[in-house]
Amino acid sequence: MYRILKKEALNPTVTRMVVEAPLVARRAQPGQFIILRVDEKGERIPLTIAGYDREKGTVTIIFQLVGASTMALGRLEEGDFIQDFAGPLGTPSHTQGLGKVAVVGGGVGCAIALPIAQKLHQEGAEVHAIVGFRSKELVILEEEFRAASQKYILMTDDGSAGEKGLVTTALEALIQGGEGYQQVIAIGPLVMMKFVSALTKKYSIPTVVSMNPLMVDGTGMCGGCRLTVGGKVKFACVDGPDFDGHQVDFDEAIARSSAYRSQEGRAREEHCNLFQKEVSG
Amino acid sequence: MAGRNMEPKKNPMPVQPPEERRRNFSEVALGYTPEQAASEAARCLHCKNKPCVEGCPVRIDIPAFLERAAEQDFSGAFQVLSQASSLPAVCGRVCPQETQCEARCVRGIKGEPVGIGRVERFAADWQAAQGEKSPVPPRAGEKAPKIAVIGSGPAGLSCAGELAKNGCAVTIYEALHTPGGVLVYGIPEFRLPKDIVRREIEALEELGVTVVTNAVAGRSLTIDELLEEYQAVFIGSGAGLPRFMNIPGENLKGVYSANEFLTRVNLMKAYEEGSSTPVQRPRRAVVVGGGNVAMDAARCALRLGAEEVSIVYRRSMEELPARAEEVEHAQEEGIVFRLLHNPVEIAGDENGWAVSVKCAQMELGEPDPSGRRRPVEIPGAFAEVPADCVIMAIGTSPNPLLTRSTPGLETQRWGGIVADEMGRTSRKGVYAGGDAVTGAATVILAMGAGKTAAQAILEDLEGARNEG
Repeated sequence: MYRILKKEALNPTVTRMVVEAPLVARRAQPGQFIILRVDEKGERIPLTIAGYDREKGTVTIIFQLVGASTMALGRLEEGDFIQDFAGPLGTPSHTQGLGKVAVVGGGVGCAIALPIAQKLHQEGAEVHAIVGFRSKELVILEEEFRAASQKYILMTDDGSAGEKGLVTTALEALIQGGEGYQQVIAIGPLVMMKFVSALTKKYSIPTVVSMNPLMVDGTGMCGGCRLTVGGKVKFACVDGPDFDGHQVDFDEAIARSSAYRSQEGRAREEHCNLFQKEVSG
Repeated sequence: MAGRNMEPKKNPMPVQPPEERRRNFSEVALGYTPEQAASEAARCLHCKNKPCVEGCPVRIDIPAFLERAAEQDFSGAFQVLSQASSLPAVCGRVCPQETQCEARCVRGIKGEPVGIGRVERFAADWQAAQGEKSPVPPRAGEKAPKIAVIGSGPAGLSCAGELAKNGCAVTIYEALHTPGGVLVYGIPEFRLPKDIVRREIEALEELGVTVVTNAVAGRSLTIDELLEEYQAVFIGSGAGLPRFMNIPGENLKGVYSANEFLTRVNLMKAYEEGSSTPVQRPRRAVVVGGGNVAMDAARCALRLGAEEVSIVYRRSMEELPARAEEVEHAQEEGIVFRLLHNPVEIAGDENGWAVSVKCAQMELGEPDPSGRRRPVEIPGAFAEVPADCVIMAIGTSPNPLLTRSTPGLETQRWGGIVADEMGRTSRKGVYAGGDAVTGAATVILAMGAGKTAAQAILEDLEGARNEG
């Protein structure tokens, strides 16, 4: 059992939790993930490591309420316990020796992008953070990103904060303005990563994306997280989650991500109704 | 001694009728009554040279346990079993006795061999039902050697059990949230109830074995770290990554590896109300492969409510590697066998879901290096099998997590860990056994390897003590 030490809402649907997990904290690195089960009947869900403290033996996770499992996780409070918490899993992000990097984050993907931006920043790289959200209320981690970057550009779909428009618009403007990026790191919804990769391919800028497919064990055993990269089948949990964005078959990944959507939707509705009853009762 | 039973045939095993069991996950075989168990045990001729024992990878004194069972001294029978085996209730259910102990039984020459596995199963279940614990040897003292075991499948459990019985302080590190390895994620409830696995692991914990779950060797901890704390490390990490065929359409929705499908169903209990793990409820499922894993996947798909489940296998019935009993059970339940079929493509609909499997039709040619006749495509002959669920059960390749993170640990070209017949690897203090060494094999072979490695560990510890 793994105790929740701290819980805070970053926006109405995104929560940050600090969890006591010494075995994970001691070897965790940016870009890696954990798999947790909320309770005895819970499913195994992968979440990227958003931070860690080796001395205190804690790991930070940031998650969005998207399905029954993340909602169950969101109902836990400080002092409560998470049933299972395993990791660190996946291969750490490669950051060493990079000069000038654009870190592009979309929505809750920013939570995964932040530790990578921080590590790059610490290692002396010039970091430009380009982050996108639907609207002002959903903006997260602004302070943290500003502290870890030379340039911070905030985009919203409706223009309620920062610039109105997509991250790709901002990225293209920077590239055209003469910012010579050695690498672009894009983390967010599949569609966003697909279009960032298409854009940077045009300008021949190496691009790394972080894939977060469905998976069960996270150690290579199930193969549920497979995706096609450069025409070859790769397992995100063992070979990734970082891959060359120019080689990933995003359309296939998008199709595969919806495998259980109808079942998830049903579960969410049941839980929401329950929740409403609790509130009104 | 009880009178000898000269019936040429085994006492039949009571089973759930096929028409009932094909829609539930309860155990298929129901087990003997005490009278049936004693009567079956009394078929043993007590040959002087005990050929059956030679056929057992963990060398159970089979005639001795049968003798006690024939006298209805089932507790005594259990004691004999547990001297050699850490998991008798498991082995009685899933061992391929027909190719091991029972294959050597003299009664098999002019009739059926003694149903050794069935009596073993009965004695183990009988002991558990008594509620009394078998006598527990003293726990490891403070100065006991500390040994780490990676993986809590059959190899790891058997190694840990043998070491604990010999006074070692053993810690098992398991990557998943529940111990048992393939016994819990792979083999379905209807063949091996998970309560039985839990019971066997509890028995090991009573011997003083510690189990740490959610510990991924190669990621959460490395072998070199373990060697700082433990005097020896045994690797029983299992078979590894599922293989795919690399044919078009394999990444469509509805296409699973057998590992994923079985893990969702067995470990995550996706078939139960209230489980939050989803699994597709197939209408028409195709399982590719002919081994025990393929039979398990097919029978799970059927129990999830599928209208039609077929096994697609590129050779003929004769080459089918699954246990005869599993094939028989699958056939009784209505699984269709499409033999001499080899998938070449999976077709999908506009939403990315599998709809059918295109198979090349095969015929058998000359024998290949394995001695089996090689399947060859019949030019231009194809069959389209409708399927919204396709499960690939064509084997595994070794997991690279451990070998990549352990400098100096030699591997075979195909990725398996190099170990001698005692389980010693190229690294001092590091031992390995089971599927991680041999590639996919059986529960009992892994158990045998775990036990042998435990003996090597004990010998090497003794050697080091004498030198020191």
